[in-house]
Amino acid sequence: MSTGLNDNEIISKVLRGDHAAYAVLVNRYQNFVFTLVLRMVKNREDAEEIAQDVFIKAYKYLADFRGASKFTTWLYTIVNNTSITFLRKKKLDIHSLDNERVFEMAENQDSGMRANLVEQKSKQAMVNNAIAMLGPDDAEIITLFYKAEQSLEEIAAILGLEANTAKVRLHRARTRLKDKMETYFADEVRDLH
Amino acid sequence: MVMNTQHNMEERLWNFIDGTAPGNEKTVIEKLIASDDDWRAKYQELLQVNEVLRSSELEAPSLRFTKNVMEEIAKLQIAPATKTYINKKIIWGISFFFIAMLTGFLVYGFGQMDLGGGEESTISKNFSKFDISKFFSNTWVNVFMMINVVLGLVLLDHYLGNKRKAFRKESN
Repeated sequence: MSTGLNDNEIISKVLRGDHAAYAVLVNRYQNFVFTLVLRMVKNREDAEEIAQDVFIKAYKYLADFRGASKFTTWLYTIVNNTSITFLRKKKLDIHSLDNERVFEMAENQDSGMRANLVEQKSKQAMVNNAIAMLGPDDAEIITLFYKAEQSLEEIAAILGLEANTAKVRLHRARTRLKDKMETYFADEVRDLH
Repeated sequence: MVMNTQHNMEERLWNFIDGTAPGNEKTVIEKLIASDDDWRAKYQELLQVNEVLRSSELEAPSLRFTKNVMEEIAKLQIAPATKTYINKKIIWGISFFFIAMLTGFLVYGFGQMDLGGGEESTISKNFSKFDISKFFSNTWVNVFMMINVVLGLVLLDHYLGNKRKAFRKESN
């Protein structure tokens, strides 16, 4: 079994012809990739399809991964490009979705996050719903930083930005998230204090 | 002004929380949190947002996800690495070919021009006298062109030879 191996060892096995070893990488990172895509495209079905596409692309071009960065950094670059291409096709403005629109999207999405905002009072639901209300680029940078274990330098590489620009974007995204939480989940935020 | 100060305070506190604030800035912020109520309140607020974000859970795709991916990749082959099909030697060969050609023409062209003094030998007059047919009827230019063509053919042969070898290796 390849489960105890690190990413680079598994990649070497796959490149030597052990294609089944790739399943370990898929199992290891499917939740990270799926969450990242879901938070960007805001639709569970689309997210599943895109996440699958990401793993298929990663497999096809695995020989191009030279180990200069972490495998996840390379993988999330594919996530970023594939999701942006999808959003562009859907003609969504990835930079500035107005509040009303994202709120509508967050409420209408057929995902696990669709849970009733009034009934589900947990911190988890609140933060997931608040992130769903952000624009795709804000949701992406927050997810990369907090859930995908990427440093600011790695995030900058994934998004094709300077490290300082990534830092400013993360700061702005968190400010917008805090505003959403205070505006739409005031009770839950009060419970936190 | 107040907005700016607030913004600045948040930015500095986020840097402090993320651990990206430089050493002396860290000490300054620690002192501000300890001594200033506004800073302390804002710090607590941001710290809570930070903790909530850290504790958020990942979403999971459908149970068939891995199976679907593996079924799809079974139909595929891993593409060769980009560096193996873009041979650097060929790029260098082509660059050398064009640079040699340009340099040859420039050297020969300047060699034909009379840039010395004298009333009538201005550059504009020299350019008007420039006759391209003269260059291509010259033996040396023909020799130079021939060398370039031979060099080009050698490079092409080398490239095709490598391709043939790779193809044979793959079919074995």
